[in-house]
Amino acid sequence: MTALAQAQIANTTAVEGDHRVKGRRITPYLLLIPGLLWLVMFFVVPMVQLAIVSIESKFPGYPGYYYLDWNVFNYANALSEFWPQLLRSFLFAGLATIMAFLIGYPLAYAMAFKAGRWRNVMMICVVAPFFTSFILRTIAWRQILADEGPIASTLNALHLLPGGHITETWVAVVAGLTYNFLPFMTLPIYSSLERVDPKVIEAGGDLYANGLTTFRRVTLPMSMPGVLAGTLMTFIPAAGDYVNADLLGSDIDTKMVGNVIESQFFRVPGGFPTAAALSFTLMAIILLMLFAYTRRFGTEELL
Amino acid sequence: MSSRPAPTDPTVRALVSMVQSGLTRRRMLGLGGGAAAAALLAACAPPTPPAAGKTDVVLPKDLSATDKVINWANWTAYLDVDDATKTHPTLEAFQKATGITVNYSEDIDDNNTYFNKIAPQLREKQAIGRDLFVFTDWMANRVLREGLAQPLDLIQMPHAPNLLPSLREVSFDPGRRYSLPWQGGFGGIGYNKNKLGRDLKNVSDLWAPDLKGKVVVLSEFRDTAGLIMQANGVDISGSFTKAQVQTAFEEVSKHIADGSIRRVKGNSYLEDLKSGNAIAGIVWSGDLATLKAETEDDSWTFVLPESGGTIWTDNMMIPITSAHRSNTMKLMDYYYQPEVAAQVAAYVNYICPVLGAQEELAKTDATTAANPFIFPTDTFLTEQKVQAFRALTSDEDADYSTLWSKVLGE
Repeated sequence: MTALAQAQIANTTAVEGDHRVKGRRITPYLLLIPGLLWLVMFFVVPMVQLAIVSIESKFPGYPGYYYLDWNVFNYANALSEFWPQLLRSFLFAGLATIMAFLIGYPLAYAMAFKAGRWRNVMMICVVAPFFTSFILRTIAWRQILADEGPIASTLNALHLLPGGHITETWVAVVAGLTYNFLPFMTLPIYSSLERVDPKVIEAGGDLYANGLTTFRRVTLPMSMPGVLAGTLMTFIPAAGDYVNADLLGSDIDTKMVGNVIESQFFRVPGGFPTAAALSFTLMAIILLMLFAYTRRFGTEELL
Repeated sequence: MSSRPAPTDPTVRALVSMVQSGLTRRRMLGLGGGAAAAALLAACAPPTPPAAGKTDVVLPKDLSATDKVINWANWTAYLDVDDATKTHPTLEAFQKATGITVNYSEDIDDNNTYFNKIAPQLREKQAIGRDLFVFTDWMANRVLREGLAQPLDLIQMPHAPNLLPSLREVSFDPGRRYSLPWQGGFGGIGYNKNKLGRDLKNVSDLWAPDLKGKVVVLSEFRDTAGLIMQANGVDISGSFTKAQVQTAFEEVSKHIADGSIRRVKGNSYLEDLKSGNAIAGIVWSGDLATLKAETEDDSWTFVLPESGGTIWTDNMMIPITSAHRSNTMKLMDYYYQPEVAAQVAAYVNYICPVLGAQEELAKTDATTAANPFIFPTDTFLTEQKVQAFRALTSDEDADYSTLWSKVLGE
């Protein structure tokens, strides 16, 4: 009897154990469902749709309607026609990334090591612009840079402004991009600098490195993850941005690929396939650049 | 493995790991394969003509009685404003009288941009959250051709017969079964007389050296290129050729390139005139009156060039998916009462389409009532060589829009 009872008990425990293991196996997947659904609904489905549109042709005689005919020439046509704007996007985004790095790194450095009790105030100053809409901030820049605004009128009085105005130039567009994406550069750098143990920097001094060498050999390498994250988070959205070029740029040589996509989607009847093809080209180029960039900077060490 | 920490941002971490894993290519191939299979199935069938302009559309249920709301999308500076309270007096009065809440939004900056934003949803018969929109003749034509507006129930609109006889018959909407004009206007030249110190008479005066970089023009090519074509002696209401349009476009391109034209924009060109970035441009008639009021500067002047100006009408229509059509028709009818129309006209200074409004306005403001830009007579239109840009075929429309986008560097 006892043996039987024991066997029964053992049996139940085994079954219960099975349940527990199964439960544990399923739970992570259950937790994934909301995220996966989100991705499928708002990423995969639109991407497939966009991919299909990019190989469609306009329906003759019915503006705004398209039919699928596997027109891969959309890509070739879009590229041959709009390569200047595409190239300009990467140029402007690259310049803005460099500018944001040059401004953002010292800022993050000061916040992490020198700010003391001002650290929180500085942090708020970096984040505060986010409380206003992106478009409003850019329109505000139009006001700041306007002909009768302080900057342009000062420069004009000193005869330092060749065209007579700042808005409607590439300088204004790059400045706008730099400003709008600066926090994306500053915050990741700050978060990796913040975790650098000051003792490590002291150790650099103890080993007879001067300030510059310590920075170059110790601080900078330790902040590289932040720099990598910051450059990606600045460059990628800046390359696809069209608001800055629209509000601060001109109609001749500052239009970026985002403006072309916007115009093909919203202004040119029958422009959907071109716009879709350009969107995919932009995405593909960014992925390729990302691939090369992460390879080049040895990120296998990062993860 | 060194001790370098991973990027903290989850997006970047995901991006980095995605690139490293090489999963991207496989995943993308898989994705492409699925899409390709679906597309292949679709491609086998010959293209069937789209269901544009089909008449058997079922209108959505009218919720007007229970849901006392109207969502109105209109252009900027297009409704009377009380400067003190920043409200719209005529609209306030309507809301008080009917108990219907009107959400008025200045959504429309440009016909194309707004139409293309809402058209995909309307074609799928999805709600766009608007019960009334206002489009210029040629775009109203496109809206009706695609069957994206609801028929009006004229029996519910006792004041609609106040429509000016000259506007009753339009090619795109015979008998006005789907649309009612909101306001009309002129395309011409606007400038600040004080800052400029002289008068402008012709389009070519805009390219004067001292105006370099101080000129804005409209992104509506029917007005901008239209005025230039008129200056070139082209009859824009008749049969012009593509070459004549191209000549005008090239002229705009040239003046953008040489720095004469500062910006080519929709209604937002007003901001540049306000901020002083520009002091002259190709503009719409009523906007300058609004600008006068907003900048408290009476030296803003609107003229029709000696070679002629353009004229157009903006039309109110109810989107096909609106569920508040009775409410909306009440609102349209309300604005066709002469005294209400007079109130709007006195503020917006555009062409008033309502019979009797001029007489009504003359009682209180004789000067405005005599303004030919608000109540133009036939003689005025002929003398000033005012023309409407001819309706383009859809092929011409697509062709010229593409060329125009090139002018704008897009």
